[in-house]
Amino acid sequence: MRGESWQTAEIPGPKKAHVITDPRIVASLIKRSSRPILVVGGEADEAVVNYAIELSKAVGIPIATTPSTLKAFSDKGFKEAHPFSAVEIGERLRDPDWEGLDGSGQYDLALFIGFKYYVSWLILSGLKHFAKRGDGYLTTISLDPYYQPHASWSLPNLTRERWEENINGVLQHLRR
Amino acid sequence: MRQDDRDQVEILLVEHLVEKYGRETPINVGEDAVEIDMPVTTLVTGVKPKTLGDLEMVLDYCEEQLTHLLSCCHTGMEGNNLDFESKVFHAGMIDQVGMEIADAAQISAYGFPRADPEAPFTEIGWGVVDTSKPVILVIGHNVPPAVEIVNYLIDHQLYGQVEVAGICCTAHDITRYNAGAKIIGPISWQLRFVRSGIPDVIVVDEQCIRTNLIMEAMKIGAPFIAASEKCCHGLPDRTHDDPDAIVEDLVSGKAPGALILDPDKVGEVAVRVAMEIAPKRRKSGILPSREEVVEWAKRCRRCLECRRACPNDLPIPEALEKAAKGDLSALEALYEDCIGCVRCESACPQGIPIHSLIASAARERMASERFKIRVGRGAVQDVEIRRVGGPIVLGEIPGVVALVGCANYPRGGIEVAEIAEEFARRNYIVVATGCAAMSMAMVKDEEGQTIYEKYPGVFDAGGVLNIGSCVSNPHIAGAAIKIARIFAKRNLRANYEEIADYVLNRVGAVGVAWGAMSQKAASIASGFWRLGVPVIVGPHGLKYRRMLLGRREREEDWYVYDARTGERVYVGPAPEHLFYAAETKEEAMVMIAKLVMRPSDTTKGRAIKLTHWIDLHKRFYGCLPDDLHLYVRRKADIPITMRDEIMKFLEEKGWQERPIPDPTLLKRLIRG
Repeated sequence: MRGESWQTAEIPGPKKAHVITDPRIVASLIKRSSRPILVVGGEADEAVVNYAIELSKAVGIPIATTPSTLKAFSDKGFKEAHPFSAVEIGERLRDPDWEGLDGSGQYDLALFIGFKYYVSWLILSGLKHFAKRGDGYLTTISLDPYYQPHASWSLPNLTRERWEENINGVLQHLRR
Repeated sequence: MRQDDRDQVEILLVEHLVEKYGRETPINVGEDAVEIDMPVTTLVTGVKPKTLGDLEMVLDYCEEQLTHLLSCCHTGMEGNNLDFESKVFHAGMIDQVGMEIADAAQISAYGFPRADPEAPFTEIGWGVVDTSKPVILVIGHNVPPAVEIVNYLIDHQLYGQVEVAGICCTAHDITRYNAGAKIIGPISWQLRFVRSGIPDVIVVDEQCIRTNLIMEAMKIGAPFIAASEKCCHGLPDRTHDDPDAIVEDLVSGKAPGALILDPDKVGEVAVRVAMEIAPKRRKSGILPSREEVVEWAKRCRRCLECRRACPNDLPIPEALEKAAKGDLSALEALYEDCIGCVRCESACPQGIPIHSLIASAARERMASERFKIRVGRGAVQDVEIRRVGGPIVLGEIPGVVALVGCANYPRGGIEVAEIAEEFARRNYIVVATGCAAMSMAMVKDEEGQTIYEKYPGVFDAGGVLNIGSCVSNPHIAGAAIKIARIFAKRNLRANYEEIADYVLNRVGAVGVAWGAMSQKAASIASGFWRLGVPVIVGPHGLKYRRMLLGRREREEDWYVYDARTGERVYVGPAPEHLFYAAETKEEAMVMIAKLVMRPSDTTKGRAIKLTHWIDLHKRFYGCLPDDLHLYVRRKADIPITMRDEIMKFLEEKGWQERPIPDPTLLKRLIRG
């Protein structure tokens, strides 16, 4: 079940995400990226919000968050999260000419966390097909505890405990 | 096709009504209170139908357009995405005409409430059915068979001896015909109610019917009557058979069901079968007892396949684990969020009837479901438009919120009721149709009242209106169109472009299909987009895989002509999107308040709209909207109570005042 859609109705095409078997893979992708962005969804609980803040602080990744989750960030004193709904950020990440959150241009890596399974499944599907970057496409990573076949890289279907081990592992490797 | 050429069993709604009531039956959707009976039809085709017979030429137009659209579906017809979008818009517009024809015909012929703000109340919920009587369950979207069931009961002095209850839009429409009929609930109530064994006969017409419903009917020993040529369920055509023979076959169990394409005969057969079979069936259902639920739950192997199959990712394995230990509370808790698709059962390798287990665990709760709903009132009166047209266009009534569509909700129907209540309380006009109109009714406040009991049914600020079934949706579009006609004196006949321009720029209406599921729902939405009314769907609506999203930061996208001078004027992203999926109900509510803003708002109107948007934004997101400066045109737009805070924000953004034009996107409407 590692490389299968969590929701069985969501059947992907032949091009499927690489399974993240080691958190060092994610850390390495982030370090190699020149313009990463973290996208947080409307299902983010406190643990996800805390994690997003830690990740942002660790390597300076900007955060675009579903507005429903914005308050959770500001309640923790984190003011740098930018409100974009799932469909709005999906549309902007698709557009090669988007100026980005800071006006400095489009991103080359987008990490997704805190979404309903089928919501990020569909947003990632759109990006896989239409978010062109030069000769290729935007690299995407799903950090939710479910396998997302339309991402470039995805964690597999995981228990809550194993998921926490993995995302904390990413942080540890980034901080080294 | 002429009347005398028709196959006598053709029961498409208009043909049936023409045949039964005559071509000269006048179109009458609102007595003297409505001058423009069919605004969508008049707007699209230029035709102003006066009789049922007149509808045939409009249907001919629809058929021609749909035939062209079908040819457009062939490969090689979309060299550009706009090719596709234009056809979607066109199909949606034609669908609005078709729906308006259907509802105008049935209102006129059957005497449904005619634009009546005081339409009577009826009951909705599982618990409204008197199970001591024979029960006929009608399901679908085409009401003639259900009407003839009621007629047969009345004609044979049996009225009151048999319960007639409905699911989905046929339920709306049969209560519009006879408020003594009852509504069980939206589409998602279908299987749980059938499995209870309460229905003695099941009659289906078309749309929103579970494909395996005949098999479910057989499990409870309830005869199944299919009544539409569009949906025959593989049953033998008994249309021309002697009713006595059909009744005998169905009651004896010799035949599980029958296809009867004659509504009159359906009425007779359904009633006679229900009365004969009810004493034999004794409402035997297949919902397990409490003890059986526990035994079934013990078979669960925690493979998680049920949860993975569930569209809402419900924690079914965890609930079964508790149930196996005798605690059914977690199973019961799934009841509200379950949409009744029953994919969980198909996925279970142990064959556990999970949906039945959930329904059984919630048995007491289901039995107590009893709510009040106004029956569908139909159109909006001209006099109501005269009263609110100005305040809507000027922005003083902050908006019209239309809650429509299916019951594919991410977290239960209660969210629809919460959205409706929030905006009714804020003096928006809340209108509803279809399953959404039902879900809104299925919540009571602390006083035991539903939203329809608390708010008036009038098309005015703070009104909550059940417009009717899905084919009643054009009355909502019609209200927007009539504002242009009655308030602004715009010509309607075949003047779609101008009126859509008017609606987009001036009428602050938003559709919300929180449980949108079907392609038909998407079609209804696309009819609204073309008219200039944005639509918000729930998260499952993302599965349509297409949105119509604006980009607020692209200043060049938000210019209109000032009709007074011809100047190009920036008006801000109002409305920003035409088709938008929200992840949460909170996001939907903030977006509703945002999308009702229109370029023509007066400063007073814009201040009112901003007050609600900012208030909801702060409540749910904890801060001012970061794009607020795009929606403030003049200092007078700023709500007085928020002036200091907003002025500080605007100064930080480098905001400057800008003119408020007489907005249009059409160069030909420039007067100066």
